[in-house]
Amino acid sequence: MAKAPAAVKALPPVPNRERPDEPKAYEASKAELLEFYKQMLLIRRFEEKAGQLYGLGLIGGFCHLYIGQEAVAVGLQSGLDGDKDSVITGYRDHGHMLAYGIDPKVIMAELTGRGAGISRGKGGSMHMFSTEKKFYGGHGIVGAQVSLGTGLAFAHKYNEDGGVAMAYFGDGASNQGQVYESFNMAELWKLPIIYVIENNEYAMGTSVNRSSAEDQLFRRGESFRIPGIQVDGMDVLACRGAAEEALAWVRAGKGPIILEMKTYRYRGHSMSDPAKYRSRDEVQAVRDKSDPIDHVKKLLDAQGVTEAELKTVDQEIRKIVNEAADFAEQAPEPEAAELYTDILVEKY
Amino acid sequence: MSVEIKMPALSPTMEEGTLAKWLVKEGDVVKSGDIMAEIETDKATMEFEAVDEGTISKILVAEGTDNVKVGTVIATLTAEGEEPAATGEGKSEAAAPAADQPAEQKAEATPEPEAKKVDTGTHQLEKAAEHKAEVSDPAIPEGTEMVKLTLREALRDAMAEEMRGDKRIFVMGEEVAQYQGAYKVTQGLLEEFGDKRVIDTPITEYGFAGIGTGAAMGGLRPIVEFMTFNFAMQAIDHIVNSAAKTNYMSGGQMRCPIVFRGPNAAASRVGAQHSQNYAPWYASVPGLIVIAPYDAADAKGLLKAAIRTEDPVVFLENELLYGRTFDVPKLDDHVLPIGKARIMREGKDVTIVSYSIGVGLALEAAVKLAEEGIDAEVLDLRTLRPLDTESVLKSLKKTNRLVVAEEGWPTCSIASEIQALCMEQGFDDLDAPVLRVTNEDVPMPYAANLEKLMLVNADKIVAAVKQVTYR
Repeated sequence: MAKAPAAVKALPPVPNRERPDEPKAYEASKAELLEFYKQMLLIRRFEEKAGQLYGLGLIGGFCHLYIGQEAVAVGLQSGLDGDKDSVITGYRDHGHMLAYGIDPKVIMAELTGRGAGISRGKGGSMHMFSTEKKFYGGHGIVGAQVSLGTGLAFAHKYNEDGGVAMAYFGDGASNQGQVYESFNMAELWKLPIIYVIENNEYAMGTSVNRSSAEDQLFRRGESFRIPGIQVDGMDVLACRGAAEEALAWVRAGKGPIILEMKTYRYRGHSMSDPAKYRSRDEVQAVRDKSDPIDHVKKLLDAQGVTEAELKTVDQEIRKIVNEAADFAEQAPEPEAAELYTDILVEKY
Repeated sequence: MSVEIKMPALSPTMEEGTLAKWLVKEGDVVKSGDIMAEIETDKATMEFEAVDEGTISKILVAEGTDNVKVGTVIATLTAEGEEPAATGEGKSEAAAPAADQPAEQKAEATPEPEAKKVDTGTHQLEKAAEHKAEVSDPAIPEGTEMVKLTLREALRDAMAEEMRGDKRIFVMGEEVAQYQGAYKVTQGLLEEFGDKRVIDTPITEYGFAGIGTGAAMGGLRPIVEFMTFNFAMQAIDHIVNSAAKTNYMSGGQMRCPIVFRGPNAAASRVGAQHSQNYAPWYASVPGLIVIAPYDAADAKGLLKAAIRTEDPVVFLENELLYGRTFDVPKLDDHVLPIGKARIMREGKDVTIVSYSIGVGLALEAAVKLAEEGIDAEVLDLRTLRPLDTESVLKSLKKTNRLVVAEEGWPTCSIASEIQALCMEQGFDDLDAPVLRVTNEDVPMPYAANLEKLMLVNADKIVAAVKQVTYR
């Protein structure tokens, strides 16, 4: 009988190249925490109102709500430098705009298709932009924002302006070919970009497991030598902490980085999705255990913020959202002549 | 018996080249695979290998000789074990200049190639491009000095001139930098502007079209080269959905000043997947500017305008025309207006509308028609979107008959669009139905005879003109 081999002591894997550190949860001051709470609540209430207006027929077409995912946009964008960094996302874009401080009125008015909307009523829910805030959309084609965002990063590097591009996309988009074409060039050219995969577990009705051979999406950059970090996307402090680590990596000129944000959307893919592909219990369990707003509420409570103070915040937010809804309902539709404007910039 | 070594064709469109350098001399023994000579085409310098084994018995065309036609016997080889060919042997040698004569004299004396040149449809197209505008462009000041430039050089100069003045402009695409361009359109740009502004991409059209579009949204002015527009099919989503529509969808906030350029339409003998004319596809999209120039002056003036405009531009070039030489105005800043057609030949009996390489055919047809007493006006659309409807209708009003010549498919074509325009807005001026003369409604075949049958030509235009003039 052959001698059994001596037990080989397993060595920890040694990375063959530099890796970012495991991010730490952000240590927020009370004021910062309260600000996160306000922003997340604004998104939640805004989206609930949008759902309501959709039901009343005031919003048409596709309308993708961000409810459940609030911590991602709020946590990540709070780490960006609004003067130089740029943001781009897909069609589930209301939350990212609100997190960037864009006036809820002009967003809601866009949803209702009014002339006062941020795109003059010509874009709709999926197509909104604010060049002033360096928010580059709002893109309706799944995955397009990944290449476009890589182009924004290219421009930052070309202009040597120190800016970083943050490109959000979902678990569904992470299977699009152009994502990998972009990864390749971004790493090849060391572009300053943070790829944020908002993994809410369902690409419309198809779960990650049913659509992705590698379901640990933070690993999707490995064959391009792009490091990835998996983040609790229901915890705003974890999100902000990940942003800090990613920004340090990218700003140091080390090229792109991927953040996989594990999150969850409570509502259907869009307003017209009955969400039969998952159980009510599944959704309820996430709401009960991992709600990102409840989480911050508990932290605020621990910091001594009273229920009464939070109620005041709540009322403030409701007021802002109601005003936005009233504005969006009352603002007139675009002038008929708007049909023919903004097609080309110049006259020929 | 000696083996004749002939001037090789090193690209689908090559008809002649320069015998730049001999790497063997008379008496050298060569075997298959040895490099015998360097041959320069308009695109590149290529090495020419021996196929047969033997001894070089005679070099018939000296190095440095220009314009050596494909098929010309350039040397003879004596196979092993045979007697070297006696001096004076071989019919081509007598006609060919001796190797010690000055190169220029020899070029003149080089005999016509014996090898049968396959007469393809694209050859006809290319040949028709000998026809130049017969009317000077009113956009160019009278008395402007003209210089001879190939279309390829004109495009390169347009990019270089614009890049010198605006640091936001950069060029990206496959093989645009170190390789100097697959079709040598970007030749020299890397050297002048460096690798920050002249960027080789991986073969990844969708990705780099998106990156270019994103960079334009981020404030830069990209020129994205597609090796051919056939490959841009992979990227059409960004051209249409991202570049063309964003200004509108953003209520005028988001600019996208980008130029997508490269060769479009039929090249020679490359088959169905490399031969499509995409002009009607892009011209159907609101938010895009679509330009398809014919000659080098227009290519230069319009590419400069395309780079400068705030709108996204699809700039369709033609590979068969790259090597053609045209007069280009010697001006410090030759910029032409986008959206203006140009009368290439004035006439009173019929209008032939065309664009890109079709203009050459239209001019050729006009010459043939003149011999039969029909005076044709030729209008080059130059910009396909926005279309210069005014110029089309004005010419129709003058001639009352119109034919559209298009190197592309007939269905949903630019020709169809012009027909609709004439019906809707020029009906009262029409003395005959508007006819379209296009390629056949089939994928491009490879076989030379079928390719020829598939493509539009001057005779088909002549026949259509006779039909509308009732001759």
